[in-house]
Amino acid sequence: MHQPLRVIRTLLSVQYAYMLEYRAELLLWVLAGVLPFILMGAWMQAAQGGQFGLTPLEFARYFLATFIARQFSIVWVIWEFEREVVEGKLSPRLLQPIDPGWYHFTSHISERVARLPFAIALVIIFFLIYPQAFWIPSLQGSLLFTLSVLLAFGLRFIMQYTFAMFAFWIERARAIEEFWFLLYLFLSGLIAPLELFPPVVREIVLWTPFPYMIHFPAALLVGIPVDVGRSLFVIFLWSSAFLVLNRWLWRKGLKQYSGMGA
Amino acid sequence: MAEGAETIFRDGRMNRYLKVLGIFWSTSIAAEMEYRLNFWLAALTSICNFIGSIFGLFLFYRTGYTFAGWRWEEALIVLGVFTLLEGFSSTLLAPNLSKIVQHIQQGTLDFVLLRPINSQFWLSTHTFSPWGIPDLLLGGILIGYAGARLGLPLINYGMSALPLLFGCMILYSLWFILGATSIWFVKIYNVTEVLKGLIEAGRFPMVAYPATYRFFFTFVIPVAFLTTIPAEAMLGRSQFIWTIGAGFLAGALLLASRWFWQFALRFYTSASS
Repeated sequence: MHQPLRVIRTLLSVQYAYMLEYRAELLLWVLAGVLPFILMGAWMQAAQGGQFGLTPLEFARYFLATFIARQFSIVWVIWEFEREVVEGKLSPRLLQPIDPGWYHFTSHISERVARLPFAIALVIIFFLIYPQAFWIPSLQGSLLFTLSVLLAFGLRFIMQYTFAMFAFWIERARAIEEFWFLLYLFLSGLIAPLELFPPVVREIVLWTPFPYMIHFPAALLVGIPVDVGRSLFVIFLWSSAFLVLNRWLWRKGLKQYSGMGA
Repeated sequence: MAEGAETIFRDGRMNRYLKVLGIFWSTSIAAEMEYRLNFWLAALTSICNFIGSIFGLFLFYRTGYTFAGWRWEEALIVLGVFTLLEGFSSTLLAPNLSKIVQHIQQGTLDFVLLRPINSQFWLSTHTFSPWGIPDLLLGGILIGYAGARLGLPLINYGMSALPLLFGCMILYSLWFILGATSIWFVKIYNVTEVLKGLIEAGRFPMVAYPATYRFFFTFVIPVAFLTTIPAEAMLGRSQFIWTIGAGFLAGALLLASRWFWQFALRFYTSASS
């Protein structure tokens, strides 16, 4: 029992040290995620008329919450994995007595910790500029939010890692992710709260994995009512489906793998 | 590149530069043609992005809200201009300027500097990526559709050509200046990502934003000059002063990018020496 814990702790601390080297990069990545703040402006202006069912203040909080939620679910494993497969760097990893997936997983977790101070700083600056928007989420909302961002990260990671498996067969697996990202961009609630979508579209979107990565956590934090049970159920369905597919593709792919030096 | 042309193509060397440009682009198209499947994937991605963008705009107009003074079709024109600019940046800006960092990191900038050709010209034009063409087409289609619905006379499209050109120049200059800062900060891949993120504001006309945003996007990061002002020119309601302003800004930024590059090069110490 102690062995895996020690391995994970070592991996995490090594990755964290590595991420700290890239602090300037991380700051820029956080700044590059300003889209929610831009949309916040447009929607607050639009909500002045009061025909969208949310007040300008609620929009401000919602988009701040999407910014925070997004910080937790940023994933890039496919770029790394694809390179490892194409350049044959996966081979030495296969010799290690641990599944390479864990290596990527811990690298993402460490990056999250290294990124956190910048994100927090940006949130504080936001409240200094716009103190009216400050709110304290309910205890229940905060706990559910924490759970939901963890699940959202898990789901996003397993989805992208599954697409990464296609690198065994095609040269540019990331094209799949780039396409998937567009769906994520427009359907996750990043561009507008799902409550504003036409009802039919919303019903369909709620069965896809996308809203659970942004809208669900953000709504919990802000206090917009959501069906928690159903949301958790849909997250569970998609996560397990992708996990099964991932392990299956991994086994198939390893037989296919003939990277340099393999 | 009105004013910039004189400075970049000095004393009758224009022909030579044009010829070089032809060679650059035909080789890069030939190289990209090896990945034809990728091109179709890029086209599919562009189409989805396009539908998503229209959907994002539709969410505002769905309940009868309008951006002050912009009907649905008029807002579509702004989105069309934005899509054109996206196409422009993925055909020319992104493939070229994102490589500046690489040249500096690996020291291959030496070889660029040794060539008997302006290094800024080489860095800015040597790759032409056909991946942005779907965006250019879709932007054109959207503008054509919205323009036809509004019954815009042909002359209006011509009127917007100049502000559109200025918009491209502004975007290029800002992007190049940011790219050039990698001479000092080698690991600066993401600085252009920040610029790209801010430019997203150009999806909507400036009146869609609160006053502070408008100020910021006009005078700090001139996004207003990229999409709103060309769209207004196309709708035939721009004040001439804004076009002149855009021209000045574009010329000044282009000169600034040139000056900044010369300045930055003084600090370049190659990777090997």
